[in-house]
Amino acid sequence: MLAVQMRGICKRFGPVAANADVDLSVQAGTVHGIVGENGAGKSTLMSVLYGFYPADSGDVAVFGQPAQIHNADDAIALGIGMVHQHFMLVDTLSALDNIVLGAEPHWLLRRATAQARARLEPLMHSTGLHVPLDTLVADLAVGDRQRLEILKALYRGARILILDEPTAVLTPQETLQLFAVLRQLRAQGTTVILITHKLKEVMALCDRVTVMRAGRVVQDMPIAQASIETLAQAMVGRKVQLGPRADAPSTVPHADAPPALRARGLGVCDALGVWRMQQVDVDLFPGEIVGVAGVAGNGQSELLEVLCGLRAPAQGSLELAGQRFTPDHWLDPLRARALGLAHVPEDRQARALVMEFAAWESGVLGYAHRAPYSHGPWMRKAAMQAGTAALMERFDVRPRNVRLKSSKFSGGNQQKLVLARELGQAPSVLLVGQPTRGVDIGAIEFIYAQLRALRDAGGAVLLVSSELDEILALCDRVLVMYQGRITGALAIADCSQTRLGILMAGGAA
Amino acid sequence: MKQPLPRWADLVLLPVVCLAVALLAAGAVVALVGQSPPQVLAALVHGAFGSARGLSYTLYYSTSFIFTGLAVAVAFHAGLFNIGGEGQATLGGLGVALVALAWAPLLPSWAMLPLMLVAGAVFGMVWAAIPAYLQAYRGSHVVITTIMFNFLASTLLVYLLVNHMRPPGNMAIESLPFAPSAQLPSAQAVLATFGVEWPSSPLNLSVLLALLCCVAVYVFLWHTRAGYGLRAVGASPDAAAYAGIRPQGKVMLAMAISGALAGLVGMNEVAGVSGKLVLEFVSGAGFTGIAVALMGRNHPLGIVCASLLFGALFQGGAEVAFDVPGFSRDMVVMLQGFVVLFSGAMTYVIAPPLAWVLRACGLSGVPHG
Repeated sequence: MLAVQMRGICKRFGPVAANADVDLSVQAGTVHGIVGENGAGKSTLMSVLYGFYPADSGDVAVFGQPAQIHNADDAIALGIGMVHQHFMLVDTLSALDNIVLGAEPHWLLRRATAQARARLEPLMHSTGLHVPLDTLVADLAVGDRQRLEILKALYRGARILILDEPTAVLTPQETLQLFAVLRQLRAQGTTVILITHKLKEVMALCDRVTVMRAGRVVQDMPIAQASIETLAQAMVGRKVQLGPRADAPSTVPHADAPPALRARGLGVCDALGVWRMQQVDVDLFPGEIVGVAGVAGNGQSELLEVLCGLRAPAQGSLELAGQRFTPDHWLDPLRARALGLAHVPEDRQARALVMEFAAWESGVLGYAHRAPYSHGPWMRKAAMQAGTAALMERFDVRPRNVRLKSSKFSGGNQQKLVLARELGQAPSVLLVGQPTRGVDIGAIEFIYAQLRALRDAGGAVLLVSSELDEILALCDRVLVMYQGRITGALAIADCSQTRLGILMAGGAA
Repeated sequence: MKQPLPRWADLVLLPVVCLAVALLAAGAVVALVGQSPPQVLAALVHGAFGSARGLSYTLYYSTSFIFTGLAVAVAFHAGLFNIGGEGQATLGGLGVALVALAWAPLLPSWAMLPLMLVAGAVFGMVWAAIPAYLQAYRGSHVVITTIMFNFLASTLLVYLLVNHMRPPGNMAIESLPFAPSAQLPSAQAVLATFGVEWPSSPLNLSVLLALLCCVAVYVFLWHTRAGYGLRAVGASPDAAAYAGIRPQGKVMLAMAISGALAGLVGMNEVAGVSGKLVLEFVSGAGFTGIAVALMGRNHPLGIVCASLLFGALFQGGAEVAFDVPGFSRDMVVMLQGFVVLFSGAMTYVIAPPLAWVLRACGLSGVPHG
């Protein structure tokens, strides 16, 4: 029996065909993977299924019945539930209130929650989705929030569960737990559609996989016939070499060279008096890439913000390019750039680019005050445009239109523009946060090559990433952060997926 | 789902369509009260543009709207909503008057007028700088504080006029008239020196000052580093901080410029027209500036166009109330209200159907990223 059958789905945005004649059949009671690069049309297809927007043409049938899905309510009524990449939860309500919200079984809130609780207890028991129902969402761990989202969908009667990049925010251990739950759900007859970039996960979990590229289905096969290599090739349309390491670790001896950046005892305290980061020491030597592994939210963002001068720490010191900084006299971003420190922030849309600006205005962000971009108080528009055009050329940013608004570029191309800008300054220290988050596999390959090139040219790179594969593919040394502290410092030769995973989850290696 | 309009349609067609819809709606109301919409419209257009005198009045009204519209726009580009144009203009007028009363008898007009201009701008600037400081360094929202500063400005003016600036024994609440050297030349006087005969009207040299300000604001926002930083702060404070631009500094700068522009209304109204300080000389121009900036898309060129439209509505409306029997001043206010509603608030309601129509006509050549 087919849980979902989509036939001939076409969806155009302006001149771009996001979905062109897409067919998708998902067997009931299976886990079906949909993989593809950014902009391949996975999300559009799922949005059509979940009723976010109507298809231009094509039919959808759910459990064999032709379906007209105009909005999320229709989708839920048909038994389709969706867990978004960014959780749709109200932080200030309890887990239980979040589940009930919008689907209250009684008009009196107390009765509604009581009835819901009575239904949820057996549901949690049978699926293994254990969530502390009375805890505020703000206090829940990321893994708990995700379980809560799934529970919410199931509570509303979802028999088909769409998961959009569910493991992007999870530790390896949490990922394993999630997979156990999904297998359990499959055994109970729930159909799961998994949208992901991560081919390993597809291989580990799915029964069948559909590969999309440029709005079309290019492959659809049972998992038994698939391999990571064939899937990657189908996604990108050519052979891809990402890792394991294509080169030997850096052999630059650091013992005698002075570090390009030396930080001691950094600590950051938030407005509530909670230590977000404590006693962090970092040494960056020329010619190495140091990885900071950790689950998002364990102090890595604070570390980046402190090192690039966006915020002053409460304690600690920093030495950079022969200058010493203390908390009362911390460096600011302009100063940091002047000292040869470049920064590719974690959140490119909020920080690294001004989305409203044309590409050439974003392409000089942070460097607009320098020659040749400015002359006294005046901006030199021609120089800025020429400079950005050169960056776009070098880093293959598409489309090559310096006048296009920054927000109109795809995620991967935005990231390439940011990297081009920061690497274009030939920095002696580069801080990089999540360089490939939401970036497609072809661009990842390119970004890795650029980071390695900077390292080989003698640059010191600090790479913060929650992707272990990325850390393992790029770094020479790895620091693991957990709850604001560095809990492990390993040479790359001593690293393994499991060992890092345990350290990231707070265990002892 | 957002379907973008082509740029030309967004900038030209959409405002025109919005205006047309506003006129239709207003026409319906006019018809409901038993008047003929075409007759009223004809009277309005004729009143605003049909004679040299009418045109002068239209341009005179537009001048103040350009100042306040620019004021709102500059603040807006820094992500601030300056509702305080009214108060800043009031203070600007006060500055102009104080300088004029103090020194006009002593100095010739070539020295007086620049001094008054600077005084108007500085007074408006300082009045805007206080809310700006509170926003930048203390986190009080500038919308709230500028509204309150409007009331403060209004009462301050009343207090000063009643208790200190009114000459003894004078019943009217106004200052002494300025000496002739503090009078901004009227259009009539200026054109007469070129041998052009022009009817008497409140139109004065500050209309040129307003156009100069448009150019200056354009150059500042899009061709200077400070303007670049200001727009970066407005569009994305986080990205600006990352780029090493201090948002607090840009908030102060934007509000200072905004206040100075609003303060120049004093040049038009006080130095150009009344020649003395009177109560309520701003008469709502500060608030109309918000609508003007909204309709002009916060671009100087758009603001000039929108100011002309509102100037025409003010002037033409007054003529209609005079010419068409049974058509009161309130009907004119209603018409202005429709224009603000449709060209400001309803733009986003009108845009999607317009995009649909354009697509249906095959005119939507949107380059997609």
